[in-house]
Amino acid sequence: MEAVFLAMVLMLSIFLGFELISKVPATLHTPLMSGANAISGITIVGALISAGGEAGAMSSYLGAAAVMFAMINVAGGYLVTNRMLSMFKKKDTSQTGGKS
Amino acid sequence: MSTVMINLWYVVAAALFIFGLKQLGSPATAVRGNMLSSLAMVIAIAVTLLNKEILTFELILVAAIIGAVIGAITAQKVEMTSMPEMVALFNGSGGIASLMVGWAALYNMGNTTFTDVTILLSIVIGGMTFSGSILAWGKLSEVMTSAAVVFGAQRIVNAGILVGLIACSVLFCMDPSVDSPYLYAVIALSLLFGVMAVLPIGGADMPVVISLLNSYSGLAACAAGFAINNNILIVAGSMVGAAGIILTNIMCKAMNRSLGHVLFSGFGAVKQATKVEGEVKPIVAEDAFLILEAAQSVTFVPGYGMAVAQAQHVVRELGELLEKNGAEVTYAIHPVAGRMPGHMNVLLAEANVPYDQLVEMEDINPRIDNVDVAVVIGANDVVNPSARNDENSPIYGMPIINVDQARTVFVLKRSMGSGFSGVDNPLFFGDNTRMLFGDAKQSIAAVVAEFKG
Repeated sequence: MEAVFLAMVLMLSIFLGFELISKVPATLHTPLMSGANAISGITIVGALISAGGEAGAMSSYLGAAAVMFAMINVAGGYLVTNRMLSMFKKKDTSQTGGKS
Repeated sequence: MSTVMINLWYVVAAALFIFGLKQLGSPATAVRGNMLSSLAMVIAIAVTLLNKEILTFELILVAAIIGAVIGAITAQKVEMTSMPEMVALFNGSGGIASLMVGWAALYNMGNTTFTDVTILLSIVIGGMTFSGSILAWGKLSEVMTSAAVVFGAQRIVNAGILVGLIACSVLFCMDPSVDSPYLYAVIALSLLFGVMAVLPIGGADMPVVISLLNSYSGLAACAAGFAINNNILIVAGSMVGAAGIILTNIMCKAMNRSLGHVLFSGFGAVKQATKVEGEVKPIVAEDAFLILEAAQSVTFVPGYGMAVAQAQHVVRELGELLEKNGAEVTYAIHPVAGRMPGHMNVLLAEANVPYDQLVEMEDINPRIDNVDVAVVIGANDVVNPSARNDENSPIYGMPIINVDQARTVFVLKRSMGSGFSGVDNPLFFGDNTRMLFGDAKQSIAAVVAEFKG
């Protein structure tokens, strides 16, 4: 039953994902991609559970390595998305701060 | 904290991810959207750490700090022009993390067969994402050739790898154990498969690959969620998967090719295009200035060459001078210009070009014959008229920006070589085309100097 429930969650979130993203304008495709990329770092939650669990040393080491890689993905992804998005400006604001 | 409480917090995090993605859809709210999404991530991580199953924190802390520092430094240092490479590396990083989460989940007691299958899925998708992304990074950063690598028995080899992968997975599921040789075979084969999948895809098709790998990294997280019975991984992972698929689809449409065609056949191996004959008409910066000065409307059409020449800042400077001179300035951006979706938009945003001056292909084409000067900067295939009228051209049918219908076209080009796809471009021989040879940045700077002097 658990599997069926999870499959239901999967199905709903895929549809939701399609609905949410299909309307994003072309200008924002790169930030959308790097933002989505950061979200895929959610696997860090799984990594934390493995790293901190008591399923043995090997499992902890694998988990810890996964924490590191996922953290690169999370921290890097959000920061670079933020950096990119802060460059997008409308016309009137860009003319006052004309620094390149 | 009880499992129920943790899962309730996961629901909150999921809602914030959804809001965040929704707000990423408009330039005005995108910064807030990204903040919400990162807040969701912080919540998800924090409540997971409160889980009573987590006993040792030292290792986690060290690993998390190393990862955060690497990620933060890369994010601050990276040049906007190398954004595609960086996104590829981050994708790969997420992929390998999912592979390891799946692998570590094998050590849990009492896994059902369903769980074993999802564990293998997260290992396979994660491994493919990792090695594919590393290869994509190699191609984008030109560590290796960026062209499509195609060899005779490629399809047979790939089919062989796929069959081997499925066979080893089945054998593993029949007798799952952490030191099963089939586990190592599955890991090795999935890494190999990722390499083989990206190998035959060439430079101009990279936007498709990056989007697809982005999708895979989400699906890998999603599979890892099934492997450890975790809702938030499934929700967030599948949304990323959907996002990647949508972008992939947009990129394919913009090249008028099916996803299968991009994935399985190298570019340019098709029919020989009609040879183009004619004479090119070079122009020097002084004359280009005189024409631009008289122009009422100017459209810049950037391509990957602008990124290579780092010309975005001088382009913006020229754009501002033209505006002061009374011309209407726009930047027309083809969906697959550059090496990732939206690559040009980010570069121009970096150079402080306001985003309302950026127009999409569908908006500029109907009024292109009213444009006095179209300035093509390092773009080739996306402005090649043979896509419209030469049925033998390999890019026939691809929607292009019809710059050849503008009153005058300037093409900035290093030399007379053909574009990435190796296709001749009749645009260069057009009556209304003037070629401005040389480095794009220097050529534009020369025109800017004429304006100022």
